[in-house]
Amino acid sequence: MRELLELYTSFFKIGIMTFGGGMAMLPMLQAEVVENKHWATEDELLNYFAVGQCTPGIIAVNTATFVGFKEKKAIGALASTLGVVSPSIVIIMVIAAFMGNISEYPVVQNALWGIRLAACALIVSSIIKLFKSGVKDVFGLFMFLFAFMIAGVFGLSSVIVVISAIVFGNVYRIIKDKNKKKEETE
Amino acid sequence: MTYLYLIYEFIKTGLFAIGGGMATIPFLHEVALKYDWFNTADLVDMIAISESTPGPIGVNMATFAGFEAAGVGGAVVSTLALVFPSYIIIMIIAGMMEKFQKNTYVQNSFVGLRPAVVGLLTVASVAIFKVSFFTEAGKTLEQWIGYFDYKAFVVFALLLFGVMKLKKHPIIYIGIGAVAGIVLQTYF
Repeated sequence: MRELLELYTSFFKIGIMTFGGGMAMLPMLQAEVVENKHWATEDELLNYFAVGQCTPGIIAVNTATFVGFKEKKAIGALASTLGVVSPSIVIIMVIAAFMGNISEYPVVQNALWGIRLAACALIVSSIIKLFKSGVKDVFGLFMFLFAFMIAGVFGLSSVIVVISAIVFGNVYRIIKDKNKKKEETE
Repeated sequence: MTYLYLIYEFIKTGLFAIGGGMATIPFLHEVALKYDWFNTADLVDMIAISESTPGPIGVNMATFAGFEAAGVGGAVVSTLALVFPSYIIIMIIAGMMEKFQKNTYVQNSFVGLRPAVVGLLTVASVAIFKVSFFTEAGKTLEQWIGYFDYKAFVVFALLLFGVMKLKKHPIIYIGIGAVAGIVLQTYF
């Protein structure tokens, strides 16, 4: 019960501190899930994001479900998923009921201008951390650049990147293993 | 009855919107046209508010649309309907990942996937950089240079220095950013 409450409150915190889309959640996830609670490693977080890219649903919710399931199966996944959506339900309802379009107030616009810059700084630091744990050799660097080119420069779907990454990963490892065996027999 | 329509529409959105919160917008636009819960102009306001409040944008949008359609009950029902497909699908995948973790092909796949995902996340972050550092979207290089917000870049550089050197919790920098934004944009 204590663990379920912990999952709920941790993801409640992540939900309430995330401004803007899934990318802004990355630094919060690293701080809470990887560094604070040790529920997942940096590598596992990348695995979750990989699956989240090609499955339906909101990436924040998918990651919450993943972490919760890993800790406490279905009931854990429920606790963390409810945790990540709870702040939205409360905050949005209060705004919708009483405040109208808050994004039209200058003070909100000005605060968001600064919040976005903080989010940028946090995202840069997060990507550097992920790059260190995810890109370990020349093949990794190739995959990183490949994904960046396909999705960023050519603007193609990330599903294509994910499928090619699976194929390339397997081909690379199989060739590497063969070469190793050859060296051993020679 | 409205509850049932909300459940149907948001399970559909949760099931087919692949790749983040912004992917829910086309579905919500369809909802706006199909029912008289809210119109397209309301939808634009809803996007602006969802982006300026905490929480995943897709979840914020679902809560908002549900509240407009059927009050507090509608908001709760829509949000739960939106996350329900992910909850089921991810649990199935997580279960399989545990089972097949030792499988060579699964391990090989992640050797390719992990660096590729870092690349995808880098691409995804470009969007937030564009709106943060440029006052408007330009069409030519000259226009982009003209729209560059130097003040924003200086604040960003200082925040980045803080993030890399001090290693405090992310929320601290979000708070500093908010205060800096209010002070700098109001008085300078």
